[in-house]
Amino acid sequence: MTLRQAQDIASPILEMRGITKEFPGVKALSDVNLVVNRGDIHAICGENGAGKSTLMKVLSGVYPHGTYSGDIVFEGETAKFANIRQSEAAGIVIIHQELALIPELSIAENIFLGNETAKRGIIDWGRANREAIDLLARVGLRENPLTPVKNLGIGKQQLVEIAKALSKEVKLLILDEPTAALNDDDSQHLLALLEGLKEKGITSIMISHKLNEIEQIADEITIIRDGQSIETLSVAAGGVDEDRIIRGMVGRDLENRFPDHTPSIGDVLFEVRDWTVMHPQDSHREVIRQANLSVRAGEIVGIAGMMGAGRTELARSIFGRSYGSRTSGSLVLDGAELQLNTVTQAIDAGIAYVSEDRKGLGLNLIDDIKTSITAAALKKLRTGLVVDEHKEVVVAEGYRKNLNIKAPSITAGVGKLSGGNQQKVVLSKWMYTDPKLLILDEPTRGIDVGAKYEIYGIIQELARSGRGVLVISSELPELLGLCDRIYTLAEGVITHEFDRSEATQESLMRYMTADARK
Amino acid sequence: MNALLNTLRGNVRQYGMIIALAAIVILFQISTEGVLLKPLNVSNLVVQNAQILILAIGMVIVIVARHIDLSVGSVAAFVGAAAAIMMTQYDFPWWVAVFLGLLIGTAIGAWHGFWVAYVGIPAFIVTLASMLLFRGLTLVVLKGATVGGLPEQFKAIGNGFLPEIGPDTGLHNLTLLIAVAAVGVLIFLEVRRRNAQMAYNFDVLPFPLFVVKLALLTIVIMYFAYLLADARGLPIVGLILAGLIVVYTFIMNKTVFGRHVYAIGGNVDAATMSGVNTKRVDFLVMMNMGLLSGLAGLVTTARLTAANPKAGVNFELDAIAAAFIGGAAVTGGVGTVVGAIIGGLVMGVLNNGMSLLGVSIDWQQAIKGLVLLLAVAFDVWNKRRTAGSGGAGAEAAEPSAPPPDKLAEEIEAMEAELSVDSNDPPKT
Repeated sequence: MTLRQAQDIASPILEMRGITKEFPGVKALSDVNLVVNRGDIHAICGENGAGKSTLMKVLSGVYPHGTYSGDIVFEGETAKFANIRQSEAAGIVIIHQELALIPELSIAENIFLGNETAKRGIIDWGRANREAIDLLARVGLRENPLTPVKNLGIGKQQLVEIAKALSKEVKLLILDEPTAALNDDDSQHLLALLEGLKEKGITSIMISHKLNEIEQIADEITIIRDGQSIETLSVAAGGVDEDRIIRGMVGRDLENRFPDHTPSIGDVLFEVRDWTVMHPQDSHREVIRQANLSVRAGEIVGIAGMMGAGRTELARSIFGRSYGSRTSGSLVLDGAELQLNTVTQAIDAGIAYVSEDRKGLGLNLIDDIKTSITAAALKKLRTGLVVDEHKEVVVAEGYRKNLNIKAPSITAGVGKLSGGNQQKVVLSKWMYTDPKLLILDEPTRGIDVGAKYEIYGIIQELARSGRGVLVISSELPELLGLCDRIYTLAEGVITHEFDRSEATQESLMRYMTADARK
Repeated sequence: MNALLNTLRGNVRQYGMIIALAAIVILFQISTEGVLLKPLNVSNLVVQNAQILILAIGMVIVIVARHIDLSVGSVAAFVGAAAAIMMTQYDFPWWVAVFLGLLIGTAIGAWHGFWVAYVGIPAFIVTLASMLLFRGLTLVVLKGATVGGLPEQFKAIGNGFLPEIGPDTGLHNLTLLIAVAAVGVLIFLEVRRRNAQMAYNFDVLPFPLFVVKLALLTIVIMYFAYLLADARGLPIVGLILAGLIVVYTFIMNKTVFGRHVYAIGGNVDAATMSGVNTKRVDFLVMMNMGLLSGLAGLVTTARLTAANPKAGVNFELDAIAAAFIGGAAVTGGVGTVVGAIIGGLVMGVLNNGMSLLGVSIDWQQAIKGLVLLLAVAFDVWNKRRTAGSGGAGAEAAEPSAPPPDKLAEEIEAMEAELSVDSNDPPKT
């Protein structure tokens, strides 16, 4: 063994020490430490929102040096990346969950995009295509480099991304949820490829929710929870199984973060039967398969699932088929079967949907509080053609007082409110439609603790008034604290139904990460 | 004094273009040595710019709904040509031709609306196609020639004035009466609105400023009316325009439809998820632009006393410029009818003033281009500046105003209807 090799084994390729990253009002990362050994496949696990992606953005220079505190030591040198270009030059390449390929361009064009084999600005396409063929061979993809990327399946596109990374002389490859969108065969192929790269000396960091895959491939696992690095487990040392990882991911105490609530639950109010939804662009891909669920009057029902499990897709397909194609199955509300083809019909039938995407789908950010609150139920304010502005003010003031919306006045723009107050405006909007069933998708995402408590109180009040509430959340403590019943969803399949008394974070996590399609 | 400055600062966006218009008027009034505001010139200013202002009303609505309409000039020319042919070659009564002309315009607008809303082709493409299509059809209908010999009643739409009534005072009595009535209604509405806003504890202009504002408005309207009355009285087209401004301001501010236009312009996805029938709104907005294009075509033909194959060229650009100078946002969701009218007047006064100064047409074009760019740049700068104040966390700094006493009872009554039990509000 040469001295050089000995050094390689002894020294880690990457050390991140005491990384702290703050956004206005939120501490996303707090004193995170990560050590990645050369030639390893290092997995990072954690719940949604734990800070995994933020950590990788710090590492790859998306958040430039100076916007975080702590040190990054890469290849023995302190790294101060100002942008992605510099981190790539150092040999760190990140492949994001949403692929960054341009569908209309060819494989070769995509591989060398931003890194063109050019002389004085003129691209040498012959050389580019020859090199592309070599790179494709290395990732085991037998395709003509002139093929447009849009003609490839999602699995092959993933391989093109990796080929692109290889073209940049990658030393450390970061994969964010690489198998989330892949089927089993493609996933196995990708994992095999990663092991092949490992043998060629390329270190990988892999973020994944699929614990069985992590167990299969990773050398070490770092667990991140609530913006802190909790522990690093060595798979080689043994004793690491899915249960052990889950315990690390969720291991925190349930604080007393919920208002007191005594549920009074009535008869079945809403039922979803044999609900199957296809992907809107790919009408053969099942996003939701044969889902059955029910909500009783006065009941808060939770849906637990990892990102990409189909939670939002399920909710939106119920809400007037605002997602999906070839939707089949039936919806029953108050004993009557519903035929909902548009959002308007869903609202008229008494269904409300509070989107997870508050700024994209929930609010018109250039509007004021008053207009936002009445936007979904203008019918109720209409006399003839005209909006009754006096009644509108009364309604808006009523909700502002009732839900404690903190703003100088109801004519204040919603774009300037904090997340919690924006969410209260959205809730007001849907409460004013007087729904029988409310579907709340991530109702407390991006909201501080105090406002969360208030939102929980509002949700409980809605249930107490005899409405059915369906809550989708990534935060398991939130579901456990709030819900009377919880369904787990994995890969578009409802995998289990828990009563409040029998659910724990560990048991939920087990069914959320289950291999549902087998 | 500080309060005054703060109020002005907060309202720069609202009043900026009015101030700019006033500045341009004063500038040209001085440089033309008083010719700009001579009664006859003011009268001409209204008559010559009416068709652009009519189009600007429709265009700002289209732009608020995040679309564009490039075809308005061609559609105006086509409708004018069709009406002229109906009256001269088929001897249709003038009012039948006007009615059918408006119908044709609406049908063309509905055609645009179909492609934009229901097929999903960008309005830029659809109306670019129509710009070519209807310019061609205009030439076909007119066989490339100018068609004149129109009935007098029709020509009055573009060139006529209101009849004189009452004793000979040297001024046009009816015009002055209309102006007095308009000022009365305006003051009544402004006072009523201010009272309503005060009842809701909204921010209002301090009373002295409010009086100054009303006084200024009154002076401007009455002086304008005096100038018109000193010339030939209120042009018929001016009356049409005033009616359109009132009706469309009402539609955009007070009706459900107007709300929906602003909603889809601000965030079309959020509007869809709130149950707005976005396709129907898109369709109606484009159809309305067709109707107003038809009207503008009739007015133009009447003013020129003939249908001309080259009529309406560049109308679309003037109308779009008017909307943007008047504060409309390219991204949609922002813009007002009154703003577009002010934007159109800025362009009109620039045209007129430069013509009076003997600036050649080519230089006029160039200067108008720069004015458009500067106006929008000012708007962008102003928005960025006001976005800086306030921002996230602003609500923490400013305490919530409590609901005013008068409203409290109604709100209490309302709470019975609200879903959350008011006896047990969420605790913090």
